[in-house]
Amino acid sequence: MREFLVSLIALFLGLLVGAAVMLFGGYNPLEAYRALFWSVLTSPYQLGEMLRESTPLLLTGTSVALAYRAGLFNIGAAGQMYLGGVAAAWVGIAWELPPVLHAGLAVTAAALAGALWGALAGYLKAWRGVHEVISTIMLNWTALYLGNGIIRAYLLDPSQRQRSQIVAASATLDSPTLASLFGQARLGYGFVLALLALVVYAVLLERHTLGFALRASGLSPGAARYAGIPPGRSVVLAMGLAGAFAGVAGATEVLGVFHYMGIAAALPNAGFDGIAVALLGGNTAPGIFLAGLFFGLLNYGAGSMQFVAGVPLEAVRIVVAAVLFFVAVRHVFERWVGVRRVAG
Amino acid sequence: MFEALGQFLAITTVYATPLIWASLGGVFSERSGVVGLALEGYMIFGAFAAASSAVVLEASGWGAWGAWPAFFLGGVAGMLLALLHAYASVSLRADQVVSGFVVNFLAFGLSVYLVKVFFHGAGQTDTLRQAVFGRWGIPLLERIPVLGPSVFTTYPSTYLAFLAVLVAYLLLWHTPFGLHLRAAGENAGAAATAGLPVRRIRYVGVLVSGFLAGLGGATVVLTTTGNFSHATISGQGFIALAAMIFGKWHPVGAFLASLFFGIGTGLKNLIQLTPWARDIPLDAILFFPYVLTLLVLAGFVGRAEAPRALGQAYDPEVR
Repeated sequence: MREFLVSLIALFLGLLVGAAVMLFGGYNPLEAYRALFWSVLTSPYQLGEMLRESTPLLLTGTSVALAYRAGLFNIGAAGQMYLGGVAAAWVGIAWELPPVLHAGLAVTAAALAGALWGALAGYLKAWRGVHEVISTIMLNWTALYLGNGIIRAYLLDPSQRQRSQIVAASATLDSPTLASLFGQARLGYGFVLALLALVVYAVLLERHTLGFALRASGLSPGAARYAGIPPGRSVVLAMGLAGAFAGVAGATEVLGVFHYMGIAAALPNAGFDGIAVALLGGNTAPGIFLAGLFFGLLNYGAGSMQFVAGVPLEAVRIVVAAVLFFVAVRHVFERWVGVRRVAG
Repeated sequence: MFEALGQFLAITTVYATPLIWASLGGVFSERSGVVGLALEGYMIFGAFAAASSAVVLEASGWGAWGAWPAFFLGGVAGMLLALLHAYASVSLRADQVVSGFVVNFLAFGLSVYLVKVFFHGAGQTDTLRQAVFGRWGIPLLERIPVLGPSVFTTYPSTYLAFLAVLVAYLLLWHTPFGLHLRAAGENAGAAATAGLPVRRIRYVGVLVSGFLAGLGGATVVLTTTGNFSHATISGQGFIALAAMIFGKWHPVGAFLASLFFGIGTGLKNLIQLTPWARDIPLDAILFFPYVLTLLVLAGFVGRAEAPRALGQAYDPEVR
């Protein structure tokens, strides 16, 4: 509860900083925030699109959070997500299977590709002593160029040159029911997968011995070793599982939204935003859920903020950065919240 | 053949220069014990400030000389951003990785936002016509075949970067200041016990890194792109971080690694220019530096050792 309060304060201060930056630029922050939040929350279509925008954030947020609980910092969600997308596209394009099975295998392939990439960072940490922050940054760029190379060599749509072919209909995560509920927004089973991932995450960490082992290794590697939990294996496992969640994020984008994989110049933002989601959400499943929806709302609403109030999209990135800054230095006002509670 | 080689060398040094600046910055930050993850952000901010100020200077009639104040302001802008990182990670003892990450995030959003505010909604600054660096030839040396027209006829920012490597080396390894800085990064507690102001030293390390990386960002604008947009700096800060690690946290090592990583970009251009090399996949060349850095880190190509107190907040109350 106190963690939640602290996040709320960070969020409020972040919005305040954003307002100051907008004022400096000569914009009306009240009008901007109204456009940002109001239009999205009052239209079913926009609400659906916002949930679609949140989908990969929930998954990458879970990815970063899981690693964090095991004492690791996963900056690699972006690369894991990217390779997950490539793997999903590959299965979706090159294989022919009946509907549900095809999509299931494509998602599994994405999870495996992400897991492999995450586990690689885990291996480098556990057995070669490479800090995961550095290795995941390098692996991110490697994933981008490797993925682009694979698309170029095997999956390219010859008439487009800059993206893969379209995945088979049997491999998509589209849901006509969900879409029609939200005014034909591009919302499908990807969102359901993201919610499922949060449940899996919560159960795994809070109720399963594996989760206990991971958390123990994160809290105190020495004590964990004493309790018979091999720390090396925990590191590889944690990074592998984290990578799997991020990989599925790539699948939800490819199979659920775009139906192709583009050759990208940069890594997907959702990979990095996942760090923001995990931090703001305090690495708990309900927290990730709320933070994921909030950042999805910010990212999606930025468009109408620009359209209605003329404020550049980037104002939202500044708000996110400010929120994160306050989360990062939360112990400064955590004490303040604590003191107030004692006094009250 | 020689013409191609000369061209290759020229491209390599031009692309290596921003990396040299930023990786030197990384050395100062990490040797003082603060993670250099924010190099990318400093470069973005330096590039943004250099481009914006050069546009203004050009409009007020500075001509080619406008490049110099713009270059310097790029460094100052990087330093301003570094102040935030230092405040969060040294004074408030925030997680340095998170803080560095936030600084990168902020630099990207704020710079493009400000460009749109200053340039009437356009996503990039005006393109500079005069206020950019011209190539300077060094007398006598410029007459050496191949090397003369490629390496010894180049931008002043490149010569300054070479000089900065030497200065950084002397400063870090042959002055008391350097000893103190490295002590703060090796064992903050011991350094404090010896009477060193660890936090102040770390502030200096981070601010210097912001200034140098800011100059690196400015270099990109004033020698290569001529303007600033969201894509002007895309990953050079992280390559510089890799170069610093590859160079084992040493100025000369970082310099050599930056040159080496510059070759990657040089090769890319060479391949696009030479017909027989077009079959080499571009993607493979692009990821080469990163894979190499991983191999170095993993100890397959010589062991790299980070400063021991790197990433640890220094809290005087906890010994």
